[in-house]
Amino acid sequence: MTDTPVDKVAKATPETMARRIRGLSDRTIAWIFVAPTIFLLLAVNIFPLIWTIRLSFTNYRVNRPNRDVEWVGLRNYERILSDPDIWATMQATAHFLIWTIVLQVLIGFALAFLINKKFRGNDMWTTIIVFPMMLSPAVVGNFWTFLYQPQIGLFNYVVAFFSGADPASFSMIGDVHLAPWAIVIADTWMWTPFVMLICLAGLRSIPDSIYEAAECDRASKWRQFWTITIPMVLPFLMLAVLFRGIENFKMFDLVVQLTGGGPGNTTTLTSIDLKREAFEKWRTGYSSAYAVILFVTVFGLASIYVKALNKVKER
Amino acid sequence: MSSFITGLLRFRRGPWEMVASILIALGVIMLMQPFAIALYTYSFIITLIGTVMFIIVSHFPE
Repeated sequence: MTDTPVDKVAKATPETMARRIRGLSDRTIAWIFVAPTIFLLLAVNIFPLIWTIRLSFTNYRVNRPNRDVEWVGLRNYERILSDPDIWATMQATAHFLIWTIVLQVLIGFALAFLINKKFRGNDMWTTIIVFPMMLSPAVVGNFWTFLYQPQIGLFNYVVAFFSGADPASFSMIGDVHLAPWAIVIADTWMWTPFVMLICLAGLRSIPDSIYEAAECDRASKWRQFWTITIPMVLPFLMLAVLFRGIENFKMFDLVVQLTGGGPGNTTTLTSIDLKREAFEKWRTGYSSAYAVILFVTVFGLASIYVKALNKVKER
Repeated sequence: MSSFITGLLRFRRGPWEMVASILIALGVIMLMQPFAIALYTYSFIITLIGTVMFIIVSHFPE
């Protein structure tokens, strides 16, 4: 009987190596494959997390590495949690987070609903709508800075056209009341297409047969929308909210480019404030405590959200 | 309501996760509300308790 290529390779393998390969159990092989990932996860995520928690109890400053590091206990946490300025940044973040998510979900779902209808130029419109998402946040920030200029900005002229006000009479990024809305509008413009794409995937996953059955039962379009479309798209919508929520909680580049956190501190989000504390004021211990507070908040929120998402999926 | 309390007493996952979720949500609302700085001060400890509780109780039996 002639040897197959596999047999030839097996015979050509040196005995010591063959013994070593034969000796590996499935469990060992699985560990060999998983170990690099676990090592990377420990090195890049877990170790810095533990180190940050440790630093949050000290007065360490990274720009003074030779200074003695004192253990300050919970003092950093006490100072952060009684600071009215940080409280104000939390409120600015909440305003940004809530309004961007509400607007992006509403507009994104509406756009997905329209794009899901079959019409001429459907693909072209999808590409055009998705375009803002492909740009860099820094570019979008710069771009909207020009749009918001009171003298030459297109945004002021559009608002003036509809409201009859003088375009130079208001400044979106210079006014303490309008600046928080300026960042909401820019972020909504950029990230609504992302929500739209996720909703579109959800809408396209609904089989036509369900709508046909509803038609046979004489269900109205309104009824079909609330009893078929919304429940079946809900897991996708919740996923979009989770992604956008986490992303917007750490929003940095777009806002820095657009307003720099001003005027005053009205658009200083937590991530911007944290960066200033850590890398401009060099208060490493203090900013570590700040980061731990934000981490626990996001982790807690994400935990209950994922639980809710799983419940919706199970239905 | 009585089944909820029974679940708590028997260390069942559902009701305990509910308690932990309420604590987390309460902590986050306290952290970001614009009304009282005292609520903001105690927000983190409540969120932390809720989060740690959530991690622990998610290992309880159904």
